[in-house]
Amino acid sequence: MFNKDRWKEIVEVLTSNWFRTVLTAFGVFWGILILIVLLAAGKGLENGIRSNFGDIATNTMFMWTQGTSMAYKGLPKGRRFTFKLEDVAAIRQKVPDLRFVSPRNQLGGFNGANNVVRGIKTGAFNVYGDYPDIINQDPMGITSGRFINQLDIEGKRKVAVIGEGVRASLYDVGEEAIGTYIKIQGVNFMVVGTYKKNSNDGNAEEVQKEIFIPFTSFSQAFNQGNNVGWMAITANDNSSITQLKEQIFTVVRENQKIHPQDLRAVGHFDLYEEFNRVLGLFKAMRWIAYFVGILVLLSGVIGVSNIMLIVVKERTKEIGIRRALGEDPWSIKLQIIMESIFLTIISGMAGISFGALVIYLINYFLASNGPIEMFVNPSVGLGVVLVALIILVVSGLLAGFIPAQSAIKIKPIEALRTE
Amino acid sequence: MIVIKDLHKSYKMGSNSLHVLKGINFSVEEGELVAIMGSSGSGKSTLLNILGMLDVLDEGSYTLDGVPIKNLNETKAAQYRNKFLGFVFQSFNLINYKSAMENVALPLYYQKVGRKERQEKALKYLEQVGLREWADHLPSELSGGQKQRVAIARAMAAEPKVLLADEPTGALDSTTSYEVMDLIQKINDAGNTILIVTHEPDIADMCKRIVHLKDGVIVEDKKITQVRASQYV
Repeated sequence: MFNKDRWKEIVEVLTSNWFRTVLTAFGVFWGILILIVLLAAGKGLENGIRSNFGDIATNTMFMWTQGTSMAYKGLPKGRRFTFKLEDVAAIRQKVPDLRFVSPRNQLGGFNGANNVVRGIKTGAFNVYGDYPDIINQDPMGITSGRFINQLDIEGKRKVAVIGEGVRASLYDVGEEAIGTYIKIQGVNFMVVGTYKKNSNDGNAEEVQKEIFIPFTSFSQAFNQGNNVGWMAITANDNSSITQLKEQIFTVVRENQKIHPQDLRAVGHFDLYEEFNRVLGLFKAMRWIAYFVGILVLLSGVIGVSNIMLIVVKERTKEIGIRRALGEDPWSIKLQIIMESIFLTIISGMAGISFGALVIYLINYFLASNGPIEMFVNPSVGLGVVLVALIILVVSGLLAGFIPAQSAIKIKPIEALRTE
Repeated sequence: MIVIKDLHKSYKMGSNSLHVLKGINFSVEEGELVAIMGSSGSGKSTLLNILGMLDVLDEGSYTLDGVPIKNLNETKAAQYRNKFLGFVFQSFNLINYKSAMENVALPLYYQKVGRKERQEKALKYLEQVGLREWADHLPSELSGGQKQRVAIARAMAAEPKVLLADEPTGALDSTTSYEVMDLIQKINDAGNTILIVTHEPDIADMCKRIVHLKDGVIVEDKKITQVRASQYV
């Protein structure tokens, strides 16, 4: 099968009519090129959306209180309630497979009044009371100093970690922030660290303007007692928060004397579910890319099949001679199929290579002209290339099959008679 | 070498069938040089095709070198053709993108002979037909007589039991025809069995035996004194 003569003959046949061979090859080339480029574009969009999620732990849900909608155990409907630290402890105790349960409190917010003062400079920032775990759920890069630690929590230290945005508004350029004091709603906190968050989202500016202080200090300084404003809960990697969240709600409902059927008392946002929905979209897009790409490729393959039929027709007499000389019909069949596969693979490889060049150029222009919203690093993996190669071999086989069949269908004596 | 008994062959042409061979009894000994003569439509080509396993018989039996030839599938037929028979055609039927040597080496390739040995043998047979120095030429660069000599070399390359020639001189002028016949006679002198289909009496006279076919039956089968082609060359 892999002898020199056979390959020599394949090359001889395919090069005997260059123009026709190149035109035929173009069909396959084009099909595989479109498949590769479509997949790469889908990947680019996927990467763009993924980077919009930033570094946030995606197996996470946020949970807040909304007021009950059903009366229960003598308590009226429409009752307002707040999470307590006991809820956090109960969740940690009763629901397995949770990685982080972070209670949070918050001051300020969108369009809030100025709440932070340093000397003559003031600003309105989100101030969070947090546990050290939060840096794993909402990652940030510490640019100087440190983040909140367990000792801060235990000692209720009045320390703060501020964003680079906060630093820009409250400090002069080049001024050292660590060790200085800022006044948050009249209470002094010492800055112990600065951070910068990664985000490609529209709120890239906003997320740098946050201040993190220890949860316990927050409660004491701003009279929260053991109230918890909201929670960020992350599940372990091998379980999904979407499956665990019902258990969490049950625990909260028990603790807060909420009717078991009251679905509206606890509000939540399931990042994981959202993320999966988006991932599902990309899966669908990948299928569409394969579908369209393979259909385009199919027309190229039909072209190959067509040309092979013509080649067989042209070589009818030659095939007759060879059979008279005693060539095995299977050998002839194999020859035709190998010609077809060879042509398909060569043109397909050219398509893959050219596709890679196109992707490279797109990336080059993306890099030189700045990023485009929602489109990052279009690329195809080695797996896709392997799949493409398998598709090529199979389609070459299919393209060669009918012509090969027709090559040996005609009897040698009839083949010899044709002129 | 060849034994044919009561051979019948007919072709279906739409609703009516054409009875081409109507009971042929015929045998050829080893080392014979037989001319099969007859006018167009006498069935001589059909007979040769059946002898060459390119066509199948309807009735009767055909034995080649003691092997009964019947119920062959294409693969088996190809093997037998390769092993037992060498073909020479009127229109030479060389493969035009292969050099003279590659053409001669083809039957050996189908016998799965190694590349090197194949080339050596091909050159040896080209030498025998006097075309050693034309080994690397394509058929399009050869004259008609040269092409037919390459075709004969190719037919001989597989060392067949029987050489079948269908109008080997039909496309050649008389001088070249005699050259080719001279070659065929020499091959026959070396002990090879050869069957030639021809309608030219002078070519038939250069054989050792003439079989006349008419309307699908043998009307005459006689041994003759061979005319040597070398005297005309």
